[in-house]
Amino acid sequence: MEGDRRVKPAPFEYAAPRSLEEALGLLGEEAKPLAGGQSLVPLLNFRLARPELLVDINGLSELARIRRGDDGVLRIGALTRQSELERSELVAAEWPLLTQAVRLVGHPQIRNRGTVGGSVAHADPAAEVPVALAALGARFVARSPRGGRTLCAGDLFVGPLMTALEPDELLVEIEVPPVPEEAGCAFVEHARTAGDFAIAGAAAVVVPARHAAIALLGAGPVPVRASDAEGALVAGAEPREAAALAASHIGKGPRRALVAELVRRALEEAAR
Amino acid sequence: MRIAVEVNGERYEREVEPRTLLSDFIRHDLELTGTKVGCEHGVCGACTVQLDGEPVRSCLMLAVQAGGRSLRTIEGLAEDGEHPLQRAFHERHALQCGFCTAGFLMSLEPFVREKPEPSEAQIREALAGNLCRCTGYRGMVEAVGQAAKELGGG
Repeated sequence: MEGDRRVKPAPFEYAAPRSLEEALGLLGEEAKPLAGGQSLVPLLNFRLARPELLVDINGLSELARIRRGDDGVLRIGALTRQSELERSELVAAEWPLLTQAVRLVGHPQIRNRGTVGGSVAHADPAAEVPVALAALGARFVARSPRGGRTLCAGDLFVGPLMTALEPDELLVEIEVPPVPEEAGCAFVEHARTAGDFAIAGAAAVVVPARHAAIALLGAGPVPVRASDAEGALVAGAEPREAAALAASHIGKGPRRALVAELVRRALEEAAR
Repeated sequence: MRIAVEVNGERYEREVEPRTLLSDFIRHDLELTGTKVGCEHGVCGACTVQLDGEPVRSCLMLAVQAGGRSLRTIEGLAEDGEHPLQRAFHERHALQCGFCTAGFLMSLEPFVREKPEPSEAQIREALAGNLCRCTGYRGMVEAVGQAAKELGGG
């Protein structure tokens, strides 16, 4: 079969570093990190992405851990497979919003390879995990040869498929603070079929009269927190009123109605 | 790059270009053509194989990433082609042209092993990651239920 190779992606150099330091040294303008590949490989196959160098980080097992620190903060290594997050009993017990959200990512075959960090760094506006993380007030830890920094969702997500990460920066960990005691949570979305990209969705974390976090999917180019609706809810608004407020920034039309309805469902489910 | 992979219990060593997709490697380098290639961007599921026991899309992995790992393709599902899922697909007319079938079977094998009495909704969700353009899925839903029952969660 020599000389008869079927190839889709354009040629690239390939490196599989064995340590984070080595990986960071390889990243840069013409390099792309390869984690689960569930979004990057289609782009390579279509030749929409043509990196000169692929830095395969799958060997960095130190980035594939889920643990809770002494401070109660959940630390999810960026290389954690979506299926591992889905199966984590710790996450299901303490951060059930994440379990609900990750179950909606693609299909089991996708989640077996796809990573939590990949969902975040790819920044698809229809991705569930970033929306859930925004509702939970997560912080995103990036490393580069120049050092490290921690960003909140509002600073990290800058546009569709765009983050504030520099080409030589790698997302290494996601920190999720403890959910307020007695909080109810729900992730609701509308997709044409199970596993398809969602058209719209809503994540809610609610403690009646004390705490409300609402993040929206499909209401803008990035995950959006509905701060007006959050304030109204804490002040005693009904779910339906808060939901209408959450969707009020979207232009009049079906999307606004859909988002409002999904927020209402999320709030009612979270209150149960 | 030179890689060694175990496929269906057999060890293969091959020289591959990094950009070779695992799906193309399986079909063209290993000549295991039971694995089919449909959309090549992770939507149709026809190329699904098992990587260390877990179903994955082989068109969304590079062959070099399978180095040192263990793969199972449709050729390794059952020696005689008589896995309970294969038999159930046959008996319940769960295929017509057959192009998507290998991907369905490799996706569904862990499901029928782990869930002895799945509901129709659970079966439909388990089928959702693969596309079939012939059957309308009705026969597949029945076949999966039958195979799950037969395997009885073991």
